[in-house]
Amino acid sequence: MTPLAALIRRDIKIALRVGGGALIGVLFFLTVTVLMPFAIGPDLPLLARLGPAILWLGALLASLLTLDRLFTADHEDGSLDLIVMGRTPLELACAAKALAHWLAAGVPLIAATPVLGLLLNLDAAATSAVALTLLVGTPALTFTGMIGAALAVTLHRGGLLLAVLVLPLSIPVLIFGVAASQAAIAGPLSFGTPFSILCALSLVSFVVGPFAAAASLRHGLD
Amino acid sequence: MTLIDLANPSKFLALTARALPWLAGATAILLLVGCYQAVMAPDDYQQGATVKIMFIHVPNAWLSMFVWGVMSVAALGTLVWRHPLADVAAKAAAPIGAAFTFLALVTGSLWGRPMWGTYWEWDARLTSVLILFLMYLGLMALWRAVEDPSRAARAAAVLTLVGAINLPIIKFSVDWWNTLHQPSSVLRMGGPSLDKAFLIPLLVMAVGFSLLFMTLHLAAMRNEILRRRVRSLQMMQASQQAA
Repeated sequence: MTPLAALIRRDIKIALRVGGGALIGVLFFLTVTVLMPFAIGPDLPLLARLGPAILWLGALLASLLTLDRLFTADHEDGSLDLIVMGRTPLELACAAKALAHWLAAGVPLIAATPVLGLLLNLDAAATSAVALTLLVGTPALTFTGMIGAALAVTLHRGGLLLAVLVLPLSIPVLIFGVAASQAAIAGPLSFGTPFSILCALSLVSFVVGPFAAAASLRHGLD
Repeated sequence: MTLIDLANPSKFLALTARALPWLAGATAILLLVGCYQAVMAPDDYQQGATVKIMFIHVPNAWLSMFVWGVMSVAALGTLVWRHPLADVAAKAAAPIGAAFTFLALVTGSLWGRPMWGTYWEWDARLTSVLILFLMYLGLMALWRAVEDPSRAARAAAVLTLVGAINLPIIKFSVDWWNTLHQPSSVLRMGGPSLDKAFLIPLLVMAVGFSLLFMTLHLAAMRNEILRRRVRSLQMMQASQQAA
Protein backbone atom coordinates (compact mmCIF):
# COMPACT_ATOMS: atom_id res chain seq x y z
CA MET A 1 0.00 0.00 0.00
CA THR A 2 1.39 3.42 -0.88
CA PRO A 3 1.99 5.83 2.00
CA LEU A 4 -0.80 8.12 0.86
CA ALA A 5 -3.38 5.33 0.67
CA ALA A 6 -2.26 4.15 4.11
CA LEU A 7 -2.65 7.69 5.46
CA ILE A 8 -6.16 8.00 4.01
CA ARG A 9 -7.18 4.60 5.41
CA ARG A 10 -5.79 5.41 8.83
CA ASP A 11 -7.48 8.80 9.01
CA ILE A 12 -10.88 7.42 7.99
CA LYS A 13 -10.56 4.59 10.53
CA ILE A 14 -9.68 6.99 13.34
CA ALA A 15 -12.46 9.37 12.39
CA LEU A 16 -15.13 6.67 12.38
CA ARG A 17 -14.04 4.85 15.54
CA VAL A 18 -14.83 5.75 19.12
CA GLY A 19 -13.16 9.06 19.90
CA GLY A 20 -13.23 10.28 16.31
CA GLY A 21 -15.58 13.16 15.74
CA ALA A 22 -16.74 12.61 12.17
CA LEU A 23 -20.34 11.68 12.91
CA ILE A 24 -20.83 14.51 15.40
CA GLY A 25 -20.74 16.79 12.35
CA VAL A 26 -23.90 15.14 11.01
CA LEU A 27 -25.59 15.48 14.38
CA PHE A 28 -24.66 19.17 14.42
CA PHE A 29 -26.00 19.56 10.87
CA LEU A 30 -29.28 17.98 11.95
CA THR A 31 -29.53 20.16 15.05
CA VAL A 32 -28.88 23.40 13.19
CA THR A 33 -31.47 22.49 10.58
CA VAL A 34 -34.02 21.64 13.26
CA LEU A 35 -33.33 24.96 15.00
CA MET A 36 -34.14 26.99 11.88
CA PRO A 37 -37.94 26.46 11.87
CA PHE A 38 -38.00 27.60 15.51
CA ALA A 39 -36.40 30.89 14.46
CA ILE A 40 -38.30 31.33 11.20
CA GLY A 41 -41.64 29.77 12.10
CA PRO A 42 -43.30 26.58 10.82
CA ASP A 43 -44.28 28.22 7.55
CA LEU A 44 -43.79 25.45 4.97
CA PRO A 45 -43.65 27.57 1.77
CA LEU A 46 -41.16 29.94 3.41
CA LEU A 47 -39.04 27.02 4.64
CA ALA A 48 -39.06 25.54 1.14
CA ARG A 49 -37.84 28.87 -0.24
CA LEU A 50 -35.08 29.20 2.36
CA GLY A 51 -34.29 25.46 2.42
CA PRO A 52 -31.21 25.41 0.17
CA ALA A 53 -29.71 28.35 2.05
CA ILE A 54 -30.35 26.69 5.43
CA LEU A 55 -28.85 23.39 4.30
CA TRP A 56 -25.81 25.11 2.86
CA LEU A 57 -25.22 27.18 5.98
CA GLY A 58 -25.60 24.09 8.16
CA ALA A 59 -23.17 22.10 6.04
CA LEU A 60 -20.71 25.01 6.04
CA LEU A 61 -20.73 25.31 9.82
CA ALA A 62 -20.66 21.55 10.35
CA SER A 63 -17.66 21.02 8.08
CA LEU A 64 -15.88 23.98 9.69
CA LEU A 65 -16.39 22.73 13.23
CA THR A 66 -15.12 19.22 12.49
CA LEU A 67 -12.04 20.68 10.76
CA ASP A 68 -10.76 22.01 14.05
CA ARG A 69 -9.30 18.59 14.90
CA LEU A 70 -7.83 17.79 11.46
CA PHE A 71 -4.22 18.29 12.54
CA THR A 72 -4.55 18.77 16.30
CA ALA A 73 -5.02 15.11 17.21
CA ASP A 74 -2.01 14.10 15.09
CA HIS A 75 0.00 16.88 16.66
CA GLU A 76 -0.84 15.71 20.16
CA ASP A 77 0.27 12.11 19.62
CA GLY A 78 3.31 13.11 17.57
CA SER A 79 2.33 11.54 14.26
CA LEU A 80 2.14 14.95 12.62
CA ASP A 81 5.90 15.34 13.12
CA LEU A 82 6.41 12.01 11.34
CA ILE A 83 4.22 13.16 8.46
CA VAL A 84 6.12 16.45 8.20
CA MET A 85 9.51 14.72 8.26
CA GLY A 86 8.45 11.80 6.03
CA ARG A 87 9.56 11.23 2.49
CA THR A 88 6.11 11.84 1.04
CA PRO A 89 5.76 15.49 -0.01
CA LEU A 90 3.94 17.35 2.72
CA GLU A 91 1.57 18.94 0.20
CA LEU A 92 0.40 15.49 -0.93
CA ALA A 93 0.10 14.27 2.65
CA CYS A 94 -2.05 17.32 3.49
CA ALA A 95 -4.22 16.66 0.44
CA ALA A 96 -4.61 13.02 1.52
CA LYS A 97 -5.60 14.05 5.04
CA ALA A 98 -8.15 16.51 3.68
CA LEU A 99 -9.55 13.86 1.33
CA ALA A 100 -9.87 11.41 4.21
CA HIS A 101 -11.55 14.07 6.31
CA TRP A 102 -14.00 14.82 3.52
CA LEU A 103 -14.79 11.12 3.07
CA ALA A 104 -15.36 10.63 6.79
CA ALA A 105 -17.08 13.91 7.68
CA GLY A 106 -18.26 15.48 4.42
CA VAL A 107 -19.94 12.53 2.71
CA PRO A 108 -22.21 11.79 5.71
CA LEU A 109 -23.44 15.40 5.49
CA ILE A 110 -24.42 14.86 1.87
CA ALA A 111 -26.04 11.55 2.75
CA ALA A 112 -28.10 13.29 5.44
CA THR A 113 -29.32 16.01 3.05
CA PRO A 114 -32.38 14.11 1.71
CA VAL A 115 -33.73 13.55 5.22
CA LEU A 116 -33.16 17.16 6.20
CA GLY A 117 -34.72 18.25 2.91
CA LEU A 118 -37.93 16.49 4.00
CA LEU A 119 -37.94 18.50 7.23
CA LEU A 120 -37.63 21.72 5.23
CA ASN A 121 -40.39 20.83 2.77
CA LEU A 122 -38.07 20.54 -0.22
CA ASP A 123 -39.31 18.38 -3.09
CA ALA A 124 -37.23 15.61 -4.64
CA ALA A 125 -35.76 17.78 -7.41
CA ALA A 126 -34.75 20.51 -4.96
CA THR A 127 -33.23 18.03 -2.52
CA SER A 128 -31.20 16.35 -5.22
CA ALA A 129 -30.03 19.74 -6.48
CA VAL A 130 -28.85 20.69 -3.00
CA ALA A 131 -27.20 17.30 -2.50
CA LEU A 132 -25.43 17.57 -5.85
CA THR A 133 -24.14 21.07 -5.13
CA LEU A 134 -23.00 19.95 -1.68
CA LEU A 135 -21.22 17.00 -3.28
CA VAL A 136 -19.07 19.25 -5.46
CA GLY A 137 -18.94 22.17 -3.03
CA THR A 138 -18.01 20.61 0.32
CA PRO A 139 -14.55 19.50 -0.91
CA ALA A 140 -13.79 23.19 -1.44
CA LEU A 141 -14.88 23.90 2.14
CA THR A 142 -12.66 21.11 3.46
CA PHE A 143 -9.62 22.09 1.43
CA THR A 144 -9.96 25.80 2.29
CA GLY A 145 -10.68 25.04 5.91
CA MET A 146 -7.59 22.87 6.04
CA ILE A 147 -5.51 26.07 5.82
CA GLY A 148 -7.23 27.30 8.96
CA ALA A 149 -6.72 23.94 10.65
CA ALA A 150 -2.99 24.06 9.87
CA LEU A 151 -2.77 27.59 11.25
CA ALA A 152 -4.71 26.49 14.33
CA VAL A 153 -2.29 23.67 15.10
CA THR A 154 0.82 25.82 14.64
CA LEU A 155 -0.62 28.55 16.85
CA HIS A 156 -2.12 26.21 19.48
CA ARG A 157 -5.37 28.08 18.99
CA GLY A 158 -8.57 26.84 17.50
CA GLY A 159 -12.25 27.39 17.81
CA LEU A 160 -13.42 30.92 17.17
CA LEU A 161 -10.16 32.22 15.71
CA LEU A 162 -10.25 29.45 13.10
CA ALA A 163 -13.86 30.26 12.25
CA VAL A 164 -13.17 33.99 11.93
CA LEU A 165 -10.24 33.34 9.61
CA VAL A 166 -11.82 30.69 7.40
CA LEU A 167 -15.45 31.80 7.06
CA PRO A 168 -14.74 34.86 4.84
CA LEU A 169 -12.74 32.61 2.51
CA SER A 170 -15.73 30.30 2.07
CA ILE A 171 -18.08 33.07 0.86
CA PRO A 172 -17.62 32.27 -2.86
CA VAL A 173 -18.47 28.60 -2.29
CA LEU A 174 -21.59 29.59 -0.35
CA ILE A 175 -22.68 32.06 -3.02
CA PHE A 176 -22.35 29.63 -5.91
CA GLY A 177 -23.62 26.62 -3.98
CA VAL A 178 -26.85 28.35 -3.00
CA ALA A 179 -27.15 30.00 -6.42
CA ALA A 180 -26.85 26.67 -8.24
CA SER A 181 -29.46 25.07 -5.96
CA GLN A 182 -31.84 28.00 -6.42
CA ALA A 183 -31.28 27.95 -10.17
CA ALA A 184 -32.25 24.28 -10.29
CA ILE A 185 -35.38 24.91 -8.19
CA ALA A 186 -36.76 28.20 -9.41
CA GLY A 187 -34.67 29.37 -12.34
CA PRO A 188 -34.48 31.70 -14.22
CA LEU A 189 -30.76 31.12 -14.56
CA SER A 190 -29.46 27.85 -15.97
CA PHE A 191 -28.12 25.38 -13.42
CA GLY A 192 -24.92 24.83 -15.41
CA THR A 193 -23.31 28.24 -14.98
CA PRO A 194 -23.11 28.49 -11.17
CA PHE A 195 -22.57 24.74 -10.93
CA SER A 196 -19.48 24.83 -13.15
CA ILE A 197 -18.11 27.80 -11.23
CA LEU A 198 -18.66 25.81 -8.03
CA CYS A 199 -16.66 22.93 -9.55
CA ALA A 200 -13.96 25.42 -10.52
CA LEU A 201 -13.80 26.75 -6.96
CA SER A 202 -13.32 23.21 -5.68
CA LEU A 203 -10.52 22.63 -8.19
CA VAL A 204 -8.82 25.89 -7.18
CA SER A 205 -9.02 24.89 -3.53
CA PHE A 206 -7.38 21.52 -4.36
CA VAL A 207 -4.36 23.49 -5.53
CA VAL A 208 -4.25 26.33 -3.01
CA GLY A 209 -5.29 24.43 0.12
CA PRO A 210 -2.59 21.75 0.36
CA PHE A 211 0.22 24.17 -0.53
CA ALA A 212 -0.89 26.80 1.99
CA ALA A 213 -1.47 24.21 4.72
CA ALA A 214 1.91 22.57 4.05
CA ALA A 215 3.66 25.95 4.08
CA SER A 216 2.03 26.84 7.36
CA LEU A 217 2.94 23.46 8.92
CA ARG A 218 6.51 23.63 7.65
CA HIS A 219 7.14 27.14 8.91
CA GLY A 220 5.05 26.95 12.03
CA LEU A 221 5.79 23.66 13.80
CA ASP A 222 8.71 23.57 16.15
CA MET B 1 21.27 51.32 -0.02
CA THR B 2 19.43 48.14 -0.94
CA LEU B 3 16.66 46.22 0.71
CA ILE B 4 19.18 43.97 2.44
CA ASP B 5 20.91 46.92 4.11
CA LEU B 6 17.60 47.75 5.73
CA ALA B 7 17.61 44.31 7.35
CA ASN B 8 19.56 45.84 10.19
CA PRO B 9 16.91 47.38 12.46
CA SER B 10 19.29 50.06 13.74
CA LYS B 11 20.05 51.24 10.21
CA PHE B 12 16.34 51.18 9.44
CA LEU B 13 15.58 53.25 12.53
CA ALA B 14 18.27 55.78 11.66
CA LEU B 15 17.12 56.11 8.06
CA THR B 16 13.44 56.43 8.89
CA ALA B 17 14.19 58.96 11.64
CA ARG B 18 15.64 61.19 8.94
CA ALA B 19 12.97 60.46 6.33
CA LEU B 20 9.84 60.65 8.48
CA PRO B 21 9.67 64.45 9.02
CA TRP B 22 9.97 65.05 5.27
CA LEU B 23 7.33 62.45 4.52
CA ALA B 24 5.00 63.86 7.16
CA GLY B 25 5.52 67.38 5.82
CA ALA B 26 4.83 66.33 2.24
CA THR B 27 1.72 64.46 3.39
CA ALA B 28 0.40 67.49 5.25
CA ILE B 29 1.02 69.82 2.30
CA LEU B 30 -0.58 67.49 -0.24
CA LEU B 31 -3.61 66.80 1.95
CA LEU B 32 -4.09 70.52 2.62
CA VAL B 33 -3.81 71.36 -1.08
CA GLY B 34 -6.13 68.49 -1.92
CA CYS B 35 -8.70 69.58 0.65
CA TYR B 36 -8.57 73.16 -0.62
CA GLN B 37 -9.05 72.01 -4.21
CA ALA B 38 -11.84 69.70 -3.12
CA VAL B 39 -13.66 72.54 -1.36
CA MET B 40 -13.19 74.76 -4.39
CA ALA B 41 -14.38 72.07 -6.81
CA PRO B 42 -17.82 72.76 -8.32
CA ASP B 43 -20.87 70.90 -7.06
CA ASP B 44 -22.14 68.03 -9.14
CA TYR B 45 -25.24 68.87 -11.16
CA GLN B 46 -27.04 65.83 -9.72
CA GLN B 47 -25.39 65.07 -6.41
CA GLY B 48 -24.81 68.61 -5.21
CA ALA B 49 -22.16 69.12 -2.54
CA THR B 50 -22.26 65.47 -1.43
CA VAL B 51 -20.03 64.60 -4.36
CA LYS B 52 -17.15 65.97 -2.29
CA ILE B 53 -17.29 62.90 -0.08
CA MET B 54 -15.67 61.23 -3.07
CA PHE B 55 -12.38 63.03 -2.41
CA ILE B 56 -12.08 61.20 0.91
CA HIS B 57 -13.90 58.03 -0.01
CA VAL B 58 -12.09 57.02 -3.18
CA PRO B 59 -8.49 57.35 -1.85
CA ASN B 60 -9.49 55.35 1.23
CA ALA B 61 -11.09 52.63 -0.86
CA TRP B 62 -8.06 52.55 -3.11
CA LEU B 63 -5.67 52.27 -0.17
CA SER B 64 -7.75 49.55 1.49
CA MET B 65 -6.77 47.26 -1.39
CA PHE B 66 -3.27 48.68 -1.82
CA VAL B 67 -2.39 47.91 1.81
CA TRP B 68 -3.30 44.26 1.36
CA GLY B 69 -0.93 44.27 -1.63
CA VAL B 70 1.83 45.73 0.56
CA MET B 71 1.15 43.05 3.18
CA SER B 72 1.30 40.32 0.51
CA VAL B 73 4.73 41.52 -0.60
CA ALA B 74 5.81 41.59 3.04
CA ALA B 75 4.40 38.06 3.48
CA LEU B 76 6.54 36.87 0.56
CA GLY B 77 9.44 38.61 2.27
CA THR B 78 8.73 36.63 5.43
CA LEU B 79 8.26 33.21 3.84
CA VAL B 80 10.62 33.34 0.85
CA TRP B 81 13.43 35.77 1.60
CA ARG B 82 13.22 35.62 5.40
CA HIS B 83 13.76 39.35 5.49
CA PRO B 84 13.90 40.31 9.19
CA LEU B 85 11.81 43.43 8.77
CA ALA B 86 9.17 41.87 6.52
CA ASP B 87 6.99 40.63 9.34
CA VAL B 88 7.36 43.98 11.11
CA ALA B 89 6.09 45.64 7.93
CA ALA B 90 3.21 43.16 7.64
CA LYS B 91 2.16 43.55 11.24
CA ALA B 92 2.33 47.34 11.16
CA ALA B 93 0.32 47.53 7.94
CA ALA B 94 -2.69 45.49 9.10
CA PRO B 95 -4.34 48.00 11.49
CA ILE B 96 -3.65 50.88 9.09
CA GLY B 97 -5.26 48.95 6.25
CA ALA B 98 -8.21 48.11 8.46
CA ALA B 99 -8.57 51.80 9.33
CA PHE B 100 -8.56 52.84 5.67
CA THR B 101 -11.12 50.13 4.88
CA PHE B 102 -13.28 51.26 7.77
CA LEU B 103 -13.10 54.88 6.60
CA ALA B 104 -14.01 53.80 3.08
CA LEU B 105 -17.05 51.98 4.46
CA VAL B 106 -18.13 54.86 6.69
CA THR B 107 -17.72 57.56 4.05
CA GLY B 108 -19.43 55.32 1.51
CA SER B 109 -22.29 54.79 3.91
CA LEU B 110 -22.59 58.53 4.61
CA TRP B 111 -22.53 59.18 0.88
CA GLY B 112 -25.12 56.49 0.29
CA ARG B 113 -27.64 58.03 2.69
CA PRO B 114 -28.43 61.15 0.61
CA MET B 115 -27.80 59.43 -2.74
CA TRP B 116 -29.54 56.07 -2.36
CA GLY B 117 -31.69 56.90 0.67
CA THR B 118 -30.11 54.25 2.85
CA TYR B 119 -26.94 53.89 4.87
CA TRP B 120 -26.36 50.34 3.79
CA GLU B 121 -27.14 48.61 0.56
CA TRP B 122 -25.98 45.09 -0.30
CA ASP B 123 -24.27 46.51 -3.32
CA ALA B 124 -21.46 44.44 -4.78
CA ARG B 125 -18.70 46.92 -4.05
CA LEU B 126 -19.86 47.68 -0.52
CA THR B 127 -20.17 44.00 0.23
CA SER B 128 -16.70 43.12 -1.03
CA VAL B 129 -15.17 46.01 0.92
CA LEU B 130 -17.01 44.78 4.02
CA ILE B 131 -15.56 41.29 3.53
CA LEU B 132 -12.12 42.85 3.07
CA PHE B 133 -12.66 44.63 6.38
CA LEU B 134 -13.60 41.33 8.06
CA MET B 135 -10.44 39.75 6.70
CA TYR B 136 -8.32 42.62 8.04
CA LEU B 137 -9.92 42.14 11.46
CA GLY B 138 -9.30 38.37 11.30
CA LEU B 139 -5.66 39.00 10.48
CA MET B 140 -5.34 41.42 13.39
CA ALA B 141 -6.99 38.85 15.66
CA LEU B 142 -4.40 36.32 14.50
CA TRP B 143 -1.56 38.74 15.31
CA ARG B 144 -3.03 39.34 18.73
CA ALA B 145 -3.72 35.67 19.50
CA VAL B 146 -0.08 34.59 19.61
CA GLU B 147 2.59 35.97 21.89
CA ASP B 148 5.66 34.92 19.93
CA PRO B 149 5.92 37.47 17.07
CA SER B 150 7.92 35.27 14.68
CA ARG B 151 5.46 32.38 15.02
CA ALA B 152 2.52 34.70 14.46
CA ALA B 153 4.38 36.24 11.51
CA ARG B 154 4.59 33.01 9.54
CA ALA B 155 0.96 32.12 10.16
CA ALA B 156 -0.14 35.63 9.21
CA ALA B 157 2.02 35.49 6.09
CA VAL B 158 0.32 32.29 4.89
CA LEU B 159 -3.09 33.78 5.60
CA THR B 160 -2.22 37.05 3.86
CA LEU B 161 -1.14 35.23 0.70
CA VAL B 162 -4.21 32.98 0.74
CA GLY B 163 -6.28 36.15 1.15
CA ALA B 164 -4.50 37.76 -1.78
CA ILE B 165 -5.46 34.79 -3.97
CA ASN B 166 -8.97 34.68 -2.59
CA LEU B 167 -9.84 38.38 -2.64
CA PRO B 168 -10.29 38.58 -6.44
CA ILE B 169 -12.39 35.39 -6.31
CA ILE B 170 -14.54 36.85 -3.54
CA LYS B 171 -14.88 40.11 -5.47
CA PHE B 172 -15.97 38.21 -8.58
CA SER B 173 -18.44 36.04 -6.65
CA VAL B 174 -20.01 39.02 -4.91
CA ASP B 175 -20.36 40.85 -8.23
CA TRP B 176 -22.05 37.80 -9.68
CA TRP B 177 -24.28 37.34 -6.61
CA ASN B 178 -25.28 40.97 -6.74
CA THR B 179 -26.22 41.01 -10.42
CA LEU B 180 -28.26 37.87 -9.76
CA HIS B 181 -30.24 39.49 -6.96
CA GLN B 182 -30.51 43.02 -8.31
CA PRO B 183 -30.93 42.91 -12.06
CA SER B 184 -31.67 46.65 -12.27
CA SER B 185 -28.39 48.22 -11.31
CA VAL B 186 -29.41 51.63 -10.02
CA LEU B 187 -26.36 51.84 -7.83
CA ARG B 188 -23.85 53.01 -10.34
CA MET B 189 -21.49 55.32 -8.53
CA GLY B 190 -19.51 58.02 -10.30
CA GLY B 191 -18.97 57.30 -13.93
CA PRO B 192 -16.31 56.02 -16.22
CA SER B 193 -15.38 59.56 -17.21
CA LEU B 194 -14.69 62.14 -14.57
CA ASP B 195 -14.48 65.84 -15.26
CA LYS B 196 -11.09 67.50 -14.87
CA ALA B 197 -12.45 69.72 -12.09
CA PHE B 198 -12.94 66.56 -10.02
CA LEU B 199 -10.10 64.47 -11.34
CA ILE B 200 -7.21 66.74 -10.32
CA PRO B 201 -8.24 67.17 -6.64
CA LEU B 202 -8.97 63.43 -6.52
CA LEU B 203 -5.48 62.57 -7.77
CA VAL B 204 -3.90 65.03 -5.32
CA MET B 205 -5.87 63.49 -2.47
CA ALA B 206 -4.96 59.98 -3.62
CA VAL B 207 -1.26 60.79 -3.61
CA GLY B 208 -1.68 62.59 -0.28
CA PHE B 209 -3.38 59.59 1.33
CA SER B 210 -0.73 57.24 -0.10
CA LEU B 211 1.96 59.38 1.50
CA LEU B 212 -0.08 59.35 4.70
CA PHE B 213 -0.03 55.58 4.56
CA MET B 214 3.75 55.55 4.04
CA THR B 215 4.26 57.91 6.96
CA LEU B 216 2.00 55.98 9.31
CA HIS B 217 3.43 52.66 8.16
CA LEU B 218 7.05 53.68 8.75
CA ALA B 219 6.16 55.15 12.13
CA ALA B 220 4.26 52.01 13.09
CA MET B 221 7.19 49.86 11.98
CA ARG B 222 9.51 51.92 14.18
CA ASN B 223 7.15 51.44 17.10
CA GLU B 224 6.96 47.71 16.45
CA ILE B 225 10.77 47.39 16.38
CA LEU B 226 11.04 49.32 19.63
CA ARG B 227 8.23 47.24 21.15
CA ARG B 228 10.09 44.04 20.28
CA ARG B 229 13.29 45.40 21.82
CA VAL B 230 11.42 46.23 24.99
CA ARG B 231 9.92 42.75 24.96
CA SER B 232 13.30 41.01 24.60
CA LEU B 233 14.81 43.26 27.27
CA GLN B 234 11.98 42.40 29.63
CA MET B 235 12.47 38.70 28.93
CA MET B 236 16.21 39.02 29.57
CA GLN B 237 15.49 40.78 32.81
CA ALA B 238 12.98 38.14 33.84
CA SER B 239 15.41 35.32 33.10
CA GLN B 240 18.16 37.10 35.08
CA GLN B 241 15.84 37.51 38.04
CA ALA B 242 14.89 33.86 37.81
CA ALA B 243 18.54 32.76 37.71
